Amino acid sequence: MTDFWIYLAILAGSTYLIRVIPFALMQKKITNVYVSSFLHYIPFAVLSAMTLPAALFATGNIMSSVAGLLVGGFFAYRGKGLTLVAIISCVIALMTELILLLI
Amino acid sequence: MKAFTRGLRAGIPIGLGYLSVSFTFGIMAIASGLTWWQAVIISMTTVTSAGQLSAIGTMAVPGQYAAMLVSQATINLRYAFMSMSLSQKTSKSFRGIWRWILGFFMTDEIFAVASAEKTVSVRFFCGLSVAPWVGWTLGTLAGSLVGNVLPPIVMGSLCLAIYGMFLAIILPPAKASRPVLAVVAIAAIIHCIFYYVPYLRDIPSGISISISAVAAAMLGALLFPLKNSEEVAEND
Repeated sequence: MTDFWIYLAILAGSTYLIRVIPFALMQKKITNVYVSSFLHYIPFAVLSAMTLPAALFATGNIMSSVAGLLVGGFFAYRGKGLTLVAIISCVIALMTELILLLI
Repeated sequence: MKAFTRGLRAGIPIGLGYLSVSFTFGIMAIASGLTWWQAVIISMTTVTSAGQLSAIGTMAVPGQYAAMLVSQATINLRYAFMSMSLSQKTSKSFRGIWRWILGFFMTDEIFAVASAEKTVSVRFFCGLSVAPWVGWTLGTLAGSLVGNVLPPIVMGSLCLAIYGMFLAIILPPAKASRPVLAVVAIAAIIHCIFYYVPYLRDIPSGISISISAVAAAMLGALLFPLKNSEEVAEND
C-alpha cells in the first residue's frame, strides 16, 4: 500500500512538473523564427506520431481499425467536430467487426 | 464569463472522447491488480493516457521508482513542448499562479483546442479544462467498476475513439496548410519506421513518439519557417 502512494507521487508529480515548469517559466514571446516554427508544428507532429501506426491495431483487428479510421478521417477532413468523428470511427469499426463475424 | 462558457462548450467533445479512453484505462488498471479507487485517484491526479497506461505496468512490480520516473519523463516530454508552445499564445493576465494551476490540465487535446485560439485567456482555459477532467475521472470509475460486463467487440471498437479525435484535430489544419501536412506525414512515417524495423521496435512507444515528433517538427521548422506571426494565425 505504501508502494502505491510512492508510485502515485512519482507519477502525478513528474507529469505535473513537466507540464507546468515550461509553461510558468516562459513568460516572453519567442522571436527566433525557427524556434517559434518548431513550437507551431510540434503538436501536429506529436498527435500524428501517436496515431500511426498505433491506431491500426487499436480495435484488435486491423480491418475494423482501418475501416473506422478511413471513414472517420473522411469526416475529419470535411471539418466535422471531435465528438462526431470519434463516434463515427467507433460505430464503423463495430459494424465492420459484426460484418466480419457474419461472413 | 462568456469566455468561460465558450471554453466549457469546447471541452465537452474532449470530455466525451475521454470517457471511452479512460473507461479502457479503468479496465486495464483492475486487470493489473489495482483497486477501483486507486485507478480513480491516478486519473484524477495525472490526467494523461500514455503515461498512466505505462505506469500501471510498472506499479505491478514493487520498488521500481527510478524506472517509473525515467519512463514518465520520456513519455511526457511532449507536454513540455506543448506548454512552451501555448505559453506564446496566452493573454496578458494568464501569468504567475494561473500558469501553475492551469498547467496541470495540459493534455494533448486541451492543448490542441486551446492552440486553435488566437489568444488563450484564463477563463477560456478554465472552462475548457472542466469537461475533460470530469470525463477522464468518471470514465475511469465506470471502467474499473463495470468494465468487464461489456462484450470484447464493443470494448475494442471504443478504443478507436481517441484516434478518431486525433484525426479531427490534425486533418483540418493539414488540409489548410502544406507545411503542416508535410510535418504530419513525416512524423507518421518516422514513427512507422520505429514500429516496423527490428531493434528500433524495442524502444518504448513513449520515447519513439517524442523522437519522431521532435524530428518532424525540426524538419518542418527548417524547411518551412513561418514568416511572421500572421502566418501562424492563418495556418491555424
